[in-house]
Parts: sequence; structure tokens; C-alpha cells
Amino acid sequence: MVAETDGIGGTRLAVLRGQSPLLLRRTGPRRPGGVTVHVVGGAAGPLRGDELRLDIEVGPGASLELLSVAAQLALPGRPAPASRLTITATVAAGGTLRWLPEPLIAASGCDHIAITRVAVEAGGSLLWRDDLVCGRHGEGSGDFVADTLISYAGKALYRHELAVGPRASGWDGPAVLGEGRATGTVVAAGTGLAAFTAAGRDLATFATTGTTGGSGSRAGSSIGARGGRVTGAHAAIMPLAGPGWLATAVGADIRTVRAALDPLCLRPAPVPV
Amino acid sequence: MAGLATLLLLADGRLPSGGHAHSAGLEAQVSAGRVHDVASLGGFLQGKLATSGLVSAAFAAAACGDVTRCAALDDGLDARTPSPALRKASRAQGRALLRAGRAMWAVADLGREPHQPVALGALAAAAGLTPGQVAVAAAHGTITGPASAAVRLLGLDPYAVHALLARLAPVCDRVAATAAARSGDPVDDLPSAGAPLLDIGAEHHATWEVRLFAS
Repeated sequence: MVAETDGIGGTRLAVLRGQSPLLLRRTGPRRPGGVTVHVVGGAAGPLRGDELRLDIEVGPGASLELLSVAAQLALPGRPAPASRLTITATVAAGGTLRWLPEPLIAASGCDHIAITRVAVEAGGSLLWRDDLVCGRHGEGSGDFVADTLISYAGKALYRHELAVGPRASGWDGPAVLGEGRATGTVVAAGTGLAAFTAAGRDLATFATTGTTGGSGSRAGSSIGARGGRVTGAHAAIMPLAGPGWLATAVGADIRTVRAALDPLCLRPAPVPV
Repeated sequence: MAGLATLLLLADGRLPSGGHAHSAGLEAQVSAGRVHDVASLGGFLQGKLATSGLVSAAFAAAACGDVTRCAALDDGLDARTPSPALRKASRAQGRALLRAGRAMWAVADLGREPHQPVALGALAAAAGLTPGQVAVAAAHGTITGPASAAVRLLGLDPYAVHALLARLAPVCDRVAATAAARSGDPVDDLPSAGAPLLDIGAEHHATWEVRLFAS
């Protein structure tokens, strides 16, 4: 998929090509400047053995928002090597990419790897969301590894791996997810982010307190709660060492994660002309 | 090559490097009720070893193997440490470790406040230790620090806690071996295993007015 400027302040899709299970559909009203594309799951999976690729290119001055119509469900399938989804994205100077898909659900018995490589050139802007649910309702988590590298101006800005499931030592212990079965992250990269997300302008406050939302997230409220239950969205928003920030939330289920992260992903109100 | 006694000096909790002031994220999880006994401490330490333990060991081994990579490794740890509170804690410990290390060996110039694993690796190189050895010291440090903090915070039986550490020692060795084997990789390919609750906990912990540990 290639988004580029149309030369009159808008964005056009020079390439939009996909095949099952990753179908791409241009959707939504025409907005000034940007286009929206939905990823539509054209088949079950990913299943073990699947090797999937998604390449995204946002050119100078172009603005692209990518959503998905439904959660992605990683399933066991036949005995085969791990399924793998590799996403590469580049955002040129003056370009904007918002990746806000529905969660990935790691069904019991799945073996899935998501590799994300995003390169934002100096002057580009990025909002990158990834939500994860560890197992469907009432079942254990499958094996899943998220391997993410987001760079800005040629330098690694955020490098992170998260492994959950039976093979990941300590993943359900109090250092990684505890009793949380859903987690989500939003990474924003670029300068001038205050105008880029609705929450951006509040980031100065977040940066001071280091916290956001957080029903029950205040330490002390649950001191001595034996059994260590996750009682609310435990979330923090963190200024990265480079130009950008990360918001992370861990919750008993995806609703608590969404409550913490959704407000950060809203489009900013249009500036009155 | 230096001998085992040198490695023991570097891994000794009595090394005056300020490590006792940090709980490596444990205090936040104790307060949240997630760590409350020896069993939940075990789960915490396993998660630590698999995430920040592996990353610290790989970066310490990489720095020890080639001290000219220290600046790039320091940037790599910045990208792997989204929590500003944890970046600050790591740099404070790196600075304190460097101060102790400079009194002991001729350590390469690393700037004033390197991340702790980079400082540890450079000290090990100056002491004549190998990447494999310093990886063991790094992995060992990621569990012994919070284990001793747990005894103080929760009043746990120190014998039971050390029995737990003895059970984790082979895991520590495996993590260190994996880390050392990957230590020659490009910085972007080095381990980057993260732990969301450690990041979130560190940020909340940094806002407390009263706390026993700096991190």
C-alpha cells in the first residue's frame, strides 16, 4: 500500500493491493488531507504455517489512517512452524500514519509472531497502536511474540519484544502482565505531536504525573490485596528518550485497556479556519 | 583473563555501587499486591530474568566484548527503556557503579552517566573478564537485588528467599548463555524483551511521596 500526496492538499492511494487473508479497502468519508483504509480479514487465521506481509509506504505530505474491521484471531491450525505477520512501514517527512487496528487475540494453542518495523523520517508523524488479548474467554493464552522496532530519523526510538503464552517464562507473573489478560500500547513518534492527537496537548500533564486515567491504578489503594488482582486499567504514559511517547495499559480484559488508550488515539478537533 | 575471584567481586552485593537503594521494580508490585509471598516473588523474578535480565546481560556482554560500542549500546538501552523513571534509575546505578569501578580498574571513558549494563560491561572488560562472565553477573544482579528488597519490604524468611534464588540459579546461567551468544549482534538485533507492569509500576512509583527504594 502506497499513500502519496495528490498535490492539492489531499492524499491518494498510488497502490492498494492485498490478498486473503489481508484485504485492503478504502473506506470512510473524504477528509481534508487524509485517506482511511480498513484491513479486512479475508480468511480465518493467522494459522500456524501462515507467512503474511503488509508493507505500508506513506510519502511526503501524505496522510493515511489504517483500521481493521475485526479482531485478528491467531489460531493453532495444523502442526507447522509458527505463523508470522511482518509489517513494514515507512513515513516520509511531512507524512502522517495512524495505525489503529482492532486487537489481536492469541487463542489457546496458537503459535504466532508479529514483526513490526516502522521507519519514520525526520519530520514525519506516527501513531502506532497494538492491543493484545491473551486467549479467548475462559481459555489460556497461546504462544505469541510481538517484536517491534520503531525508528525516527534513522535512530531506534522504541525497541520492544513482548512474549506471552506457555513458552514465555514469567509472562503471567507480577513483572510482566500479572493477572492481566489484555494489554495495549500506543507509540507516538515525531515532533509537533501536540497537534497530532487529541491527547497530545495534555501530554505535558501526563509527563509530569507519569500516569493517565487509572481507576485503581493509584498505588496504595490495593496495598495488601492478597492474590494480586488487577482491579482496573493499570496504565502509564511515558515520554521516550527520543521524540515521542509510549502509553502502555494492562487490564483484566480489553475494555479496561481501551478505556485507558482510546482517548489517546482520537483525532484532534479540527482547527477553526 | 581474570579469575573467578574478580567476577565474584563484580557480582558482590557489597560492592559500593548503590544497588541496595533500588528494588528493581519490586516495591511497586508489592504495593499493588501482586508480590506478597515467596511464590509470587518467584513469579516476579522469573519475569525479570526473561525480560530485563536477558536485556541487561546481553548489553553488559556486548559492552565487555567491545567497549568502542558503548555509546551505541547506551542508545539501544534508551530505546528499550520507555519509562523515564527506569532510564533515570539505570543511569544513576551506572554512574555509581562507574565510580566504584574506576577505583578498582582502569575503566574506559563512558561519559558521566551510562546505563547500568553498559557500565557493568565496561568494568568487566577493564577487569579482564569475558562477555560470558559478565552476562552471568548481570543476570544474577537482576534477581538478587529485588530478592533482598523483598526480604526488607515483606519481612519474608531470608532462608526461603535464598532457597528460591538457588532454584533460579540454573535459569540465570541459561539466560546469561543466551545473552552472551547474541552479544555480537547489531544493536537493533540485541534482545529487547520488555515487561509492561515493570514500566507502568516504575512510573507510578516515581510519583509516590514516601517510598523505601529509589526505584
